[in-house]
Amino acid sequence: MTDLLNKHSFVELGARQRARALLDSGTFRELIDPFQRVMSPWLSRQGVVPQADDGVVIAKGSIAGLPVVIAAIEGNFQGGSLGEVGGAKIAGALELAAEDNRKGIETRAVLLLETGGVRLQEANLGLAAIADIHAAIVDLRQYQPVIGVVAGSVGCFGGMSIAAGLCSYLVVTREARLGLNGPQVIEQEAGLEEYDSRDRPFIWSLTGGEQRFNSGLADRYVADDVAQIQQTVTALLQQGVPAQPRSRQAEYYLARLNALDATPQIEPATVRALYQGERS
Amino acid sequence: MRGLQWFNALSTGATAVEGLPASLKVADGVLGGQPVRFIAVVTDPDNRFPRARNGEVGLLEGWGLAKAVDDAIVRGDQRPIIAIVDVPSQAYGRREEALGIHQALAAAADSYARARLAGYPVIGLLVGKAMSGAFLAHGYQANRLIALRDPGVMVHAMGKASAARVTLRSVEELEALAASVPPMAYDIDSFASLGLLWETLSVSQIEQPTADDVARVGDCLLKAIRDVDGRDLNGRLGASNRAASSHVRQLLREQW
Repeated sequence: MTDLLNKHSFVELGARQRARALLDSGTFRELIDPFQRVMSPWLSRQGVVPQADDGVVIAKGSIAGLPVVIAAIEGNFQGGSLGEVGGAKIAGALELAAEDNRKGIETRAVLLLETGGVRLQEANLGLAAIADIHAAIVDLRQYQPVIGVVAGSVGCFGGMSIAAGLCSYLVVTREARLGLNGPQVIEQEAGLEEYDSRDRPFIWSLTGGEQRFNSGLADRYVADDVAQIQQTVTALLQQGVPAQPRSRQAEYYLARLNALDATPQIEPATVRALYQGERS
Repeated sequence: MRGLQWFNALSTGATAVEGLPASLKVADGVLGGQPVRFIAVVTDPDNRFPRARNGEVGLLEGWGLAKAVDDAIVRGDQRPIIAIVDVPSQAYGRREEALGIHQALAAAADSYARARLAGYPVIGLLVGKAMSGAFLAHGYQANRLIALRDPGVMVHAMGKASAARVTLRSVEELEALAASVPPMAYDIDSFASLGLLWETLSVSQIEQPTADDVARVGDCLLKAIRDVDGRDLNGRLGASNRAASSHVRQLLREQW
């Protein structure tokens, strides 16, 4: 009980508060803050009220003294969807972090991912920005760890789930979901029998944070607690770049998929056993 | 079938690369004296994953593309890579989500991006659909994008029916909006206005390319390869319909 009282929920924090909570005290400095009102040029003409930060917070500062840029997506604005401005903020920040490293400044990056993926009102510009984000993660990751955190409650979907898959390390909570396609879209494209979007336990059992961690598709599984997430991110930043990021293990995953009997419909335990073997 | 037709037409006389999923066509050939690797995702009615039988990019395709590109990088010869793009969508299914299709697509995007960073010119040739996650995995990391001018060539984040449902609109309303909001449109001219394409060109028979079509596209690919002058995606910035993307980068740099 004491433990419960001492915890501070990370999930309940907004994007700006999350970034502030991770950075060393007093080092938070936001770039293109909301007072500069750099907003989506595409939403108002479609009857959607834009937001002054376009739902993305870029903050520089330090974690355990290490130079860091944080990109935090605000899940409460348009489902954390990425349009042109928000997408360019993330891509541009990662590009500058990579440039820093080429100049000898060891800037690392942390991505706080609460997003449904492309903002459909800005469709192709959202998709293009996400391609830029992928490019920038792969570039920066050569020099420094890029850490993805999916805390919840929105989860991480669409093209940004691919971004999560490119991160050097991925941290998830029990409140996190991680998947390429949203449940409703799968149900619509493939039918109710394939994917029942209203069956919440079923969806969490396949795409929830605990299952992703137990399947080796995430690196750390943490409680929804500010201190624990902060400590986990710090430790991963100090660890440096991994020997082989998950997205470079094609031979391993192709071999595992070849070992799967794909005929029966799949169960969560099958995935854990296939990818983790005796570790599950 | 366009992807397969263009792959076959461009890779005449090329050496097929074996050991990959049947839904991938990969071959090392020569284009006007220039050695290149061609890569296409094609239909496979016998795909072990039933939701990936119609040319969708699924688990085997994502990891397989990664392997095909990694294999080229290991060789170290900086042979240009031509991604022939005709991908109707990513695979939508329970097996796909459960087994981490996002990670498979990340592997493909990773390999293409690393090839580009390692100095391999990567060219995306759009001959059909280039949809959403499928395009992110196969083509969107290219140094240069070329699209054939045809109603069947389209780039988008989501099919019309699903996009209408998610944004709480009718398909008719969506189409009306798309006519006035270029990034929402499905046609290739609107897409070209965003500045993301290096070139568009017309051919006489896109479904069954003629010898002349193949020669013209081959010339265009060679020009694109020679035009590659960097390892980033900055060539996509600058269009007035994508001005905010440049503006945001400029502000970030000033405030960095």
